[in-house]
Amino acid sequence: MELSKILSLGQTALELGLMNALVVLALFLSYSMLNVCDLSTDGCFTLGAAVGAMVALAGHPFLSIPAAMCAGMASGFLTALLQTRMGVDSLLSGIVVNTGLYSVNIAIMGGKSLINLNKTPTAFSMLKDFLKDSVPALKGYETLLIALLAVFLVGLFLVLFLRTRLGLAVRATGNNPDMVRSSSINPIFTTTVGLTISNSFTALSGCLLAQSQKSADVNIGSGMLTVALASLLIGGVFFGRKRIPLRVFGAAVGAFLFRLVYTIALRFNMPTFMLKATSSVIVILAMFIPYLKKQYPNFARRMAVRRAGRGPKAC
Amino acid sequence: MLKLNHVKKTFNPGTPDEKTALSDITLHVKPGDFITIIGANGAGKSTLFNAICGVFYTDSGSIVLDGRDITMTPDYHRARMIGHLFQDPMRGTAPDMTIEENLALAAGLGGWLSVISRKERQLFREKLALLDMGLEDRMGHRVGLLSGGQRQALTLLMATFSTPKLLLLDEHTAALDPGTAEKVLKLTRETVADNHLTCMMITHNMQSALELGNRTIMMEGGRIIYDTEGEERSHLTVQDLTERFRTASGRALDNDRMLLGVTG
Repeated sequence: MELSKILSLGQTALELGLMNALVVLALFLSYSMLNVCDLSTDGCFTLGAAVGAMVALAGHPFLSIPAAMCAGMASGFLTALLQTRMGVDSLLSGIVVNTGLYSVNIAIMGGKSLINLNKTPTAFSMLKDFLKDSVPALKGYETLLIALLAVFLVGLFLVLFLRTRLGLAVRATGNNPDMVRSSSINPIFTTTVGLTISNSFTALSGCLLAQSQKSADVNIGSGMLTVALASLLIGGVFFGRKRIPLRVFGAAVGAFLFRLVYTIALRFNMPTFMLKATSSVIVILAMFIPYLKKQYPNFARRMAVRRAGRGPKAC
Repeated sequence: MLKLNHVKKTFNPGTPDEKTALSDITLHVKPGDFITIIGANGAGKSTLFNAICGVFYTDSGSIVLDGRDITMTPDYHRARMIGHLFQDPMRGTAPDMTIEENLALAAGLGGWLSVISRKERQLFREKLALLDMGLEDRMGHRVGLLSGGQRQALTLLMATFSTPKLLLLDEHTAALDPGTAEKVLKLTRETVADNHLTCMMITHNMQSALELGNRTIMMEGGRIIYDTEGEERSHLTVQDLTERFRTASGRALDNDRMLLGVTG
């Protein structure tokens, strides 16, 4: 394979990795910090894509991005409301919102399941035109630049936010809610804040992906939670116990690594539809290996006892 | 200071598991009181603390703290006025966060978006140094790395950082080894004295129940069966207490931990 082709593949992996990194950062906040597994992620991702596409289609390429983020915040707020004030179980509230969002997303897209943005100006197409005319050296890098900027801003926001008293309270809520209460802070408030913020990132990611690939369809977000969780866990392998800024960086790196491995696998003729199975396997392994490490010594001892014929008969 | 008027609480009412945890508790705590509470397992001691803290709302009766009716105030609001320490050192701190971050949350200084300032850091360092456990040099360490005694001392500091009106100690030294327990108890005594705190402490150690504080309460079956202070209390011995228990409750005190006076 020629070098240029490898570079181009690397660039694609980096672009998609960076866009996924936004969801990974969202999960870093909700899953790693707040200890809530937000199952509305898939639907919220599509919501961002749908809102972003429709607002861009209406002729507001820049407004589309904050609009998508606001929609995500509303969705996150609802997920939080269900589990903190309406007695719905934490996992179930995510599932319920996710299911509901499917209809909402189609409704937003005007009853269609696919929106074409081929001729619609977006931040990507506008930057592309700008680069072509003014900075030819960066031609073809518009997706990369926007994704990089978005990840940088979101990452920076997270690092700064988690240092504030509110950020500390969000972290403590996932760590020990009793301690939050005894610090005179309402964990309902911190959970709501955390989920609202994290879902705005998820929606931002959906919006950017749809606009960069010039189409939004109602299934764009399906499986996104597992993919992002796999990336988050990969990042955690390298930066798990480090300080917050490094862990945020690790989450972004994990997203890139996941995409890179996936891109390479595609080169070796792995069919595209295997993406989701791959992410599932990675998540399973990331959970199973630490469990096995803990359990194996006991298992080995039990087997030794059984081999020696001293144990109770197997029933 | 603290007034409980006919407080009642029944768990699982109307089911076979129905249990009257607090039956008609009336208690007046005076400012500056240091009350020790004793009683067998299941007597309602911890339940009483949980009712005061707002872990659950009581079925009837009222709780008044410093002139304010807090009967229906949510727990995190009461936490501003009430510090609560548990037997389990893990309950009061967030293990994955640093000592400094834990203290910053408990101190509650500054607004939501403020970060830990140099001045606050200096204040934390001074307060930690008072614990005499070397924690002031480990402010960036995760709390999960600390020993039980260190965590409990830190929890005590956190609970009393912004001086509470009332400090509740629920056997907070029972899970520690004797030496550490002694040290945490000494810290507790100093903290209570220095800040003129009103304090209630559950203990299984009848000896320290009599030595510590100025008033002792005995509970059984969700009631206060004996309440003593002043002259009468100063002449009491552990023997007298067990005798009191037998006459008041109509049965012998069958708790080895209490009789043997295990630290707690």
